[in-house]
Amino acid sequence: MSEPVRIDLPLDDDRVRSLKAGDVVSLWGVIYSARDAAHKRLVDLLDKGEPLPVDVAGQTIYYMGPSPARPGGVIGAAGPTTSYRMDPYAPRLIAVGLKGMIGKGERGAEVVEAMKSYGAVYFAATGGAGALISRAIKGAEVVAFPELGPEAIRRLVVEDLPAIVAQDAHGGNLFIDGVAKYRRDEAEA
Amino acid sequence: MSKRNIPAAEITAAVKRLAIESNYFLGEDVIAAISEFKELEASPAARALLDQLLDNAGIAAEGQVPLCQDTGFAVVFADIGAEVCIEGNLQAAIEEGVRQGYQEGYLRKSIVRDPLRRENTGDNTPPIVWIEVVPGDKLTLYFEPKGGGSENMSRVTVLKPADGRGGVIDFVVDRIRQSGGNPCPPVVVGVGIGGTFDKCAQIAKRALLRDIGTRNPDPYYAEMELEILDRVNKLGVGPMGLGGSTTALDVFIQAYPCHIASLPCAVNVQCHSARHKKAVL
Repeated sequence: MSEPVRIDLPLDDDRVRSLKAGDVVSLWGVIYSARDAAHKRLVDLLDKGEPLPVDVAGQTIYYMGPSPARPGGVIGAAGPTTSYRMDPYAPRLIAVGLKGMIGKGERGAEVVEAMKSYGAVYFAATGGAGALISRAIKGAEVVAFPELGPEAIRRLVVEDLPAIVAQDAHGGNLFIDGVAKYRRDEAEA
Repeated sequence: MSKRNIPAAEITAAVKRLAIESNYFLGEDVIAAISEFKELEASPAARALLDQLLDNAGIAAEGQVPLCQDTGFAVVFADIGAEVCIEGNLQAAIEEGVRQGYQEGYLRKSIVRDPLRRENTGDNTPPIVWIEVVPGDKLTLYFEPKGGGSENMSRVTVLKPADGRGGVIDFVVDRIRQSGGNPCPPVVVGVGIGGTFDKCAQIAKRALLRDIGTRNPDPYYAEMELEILDRVNKLGVGPMGLGGSTTALDVFIQAYPCHIASLPCAVNVQCHSARHKKAVL
């Protein structure tokens, strides 16, 4: 397999549009963790016309709720959660400038349309590799909704977080292309 | 009949230990299966992902850190020997073990008190406890931390008796195809056939306690397990749903008598972090 391409965050529009489904990447820089409950709150704030506790413009959100850090540790296990649960919220955040998402599993049509319209990319991290991924996280700080515990928004500093471009800003989709390539059954899907 | 007493405190201590160990240490059977499937895997990208899973297991064990941040809903199967007398409250003892294990093991608290109002209970309780009375004077505890991502892809249906063996196989294979990358493949597939609407789901979950590579003792179902495994691994889903020949590590079927009108079938999907540990008291 080819060497991962280093990606420094935050992403700009040109960089987003240069990425293609299937690219193996290594992520460096600042990302924000947020999952179900935090997404609901962010979109509730947008609905009310209130400012977000984190400016998501240009940023990348990691769908992740960590296990607790041991004393002196940065973070516990920190792998991705399943992304489709954030599909009802993601287009709203992409519309206000979110550029990157990291998770696992395929995104729905409305997210794909928003990614194409505004320019955003979706990375797949390795689900269930929470201990391995925790080693790439060098800093973690709760920056919003601390009362949500594991679902609070955290600002994370990552170095060499392994990921794959799963769905790109042009409609490219590794969940379709990759599966078609290795499918060996005759039955109609 | 003579009785053997087991103090509740022993049960709490055992559950606490099982909660922590099951989340830190992946079973040797799972590690061996991932290694074997990696050798057969057609996709280079998929082989790299499987390597990450093997590395992850080593890092978790060495660093005493959970394999996955989703340390699960605490599911406990308690097989109580008919000659056992519990000194205290079995349910409360298991719950206390979960509370202590998730706190002291730095495990994530993933349970909300109410499914719609969604406030975290803060200690990962309550657990799901299945109690069964069996012959003998031992208490066997199985601890299965069940992750949400794979549980969300699980389904129950009630087929017609006319649908038969082929209908069951199609339902299972289709479920894994539709689940795609969501449940963290390569998965382990628990299949419950028969019983009632609820019973088939419960035996599907219990089937996930088996070690990878073990077969149903009934040759009819053993053969069916391998047939489903072969079909699932031809779907192309692959590790994380990104394409490959490793979609499932194994399929476990558990059957139960059922009504003349019914053919209940449940698929309980388990991610590759197929965690479970056992203690005998």
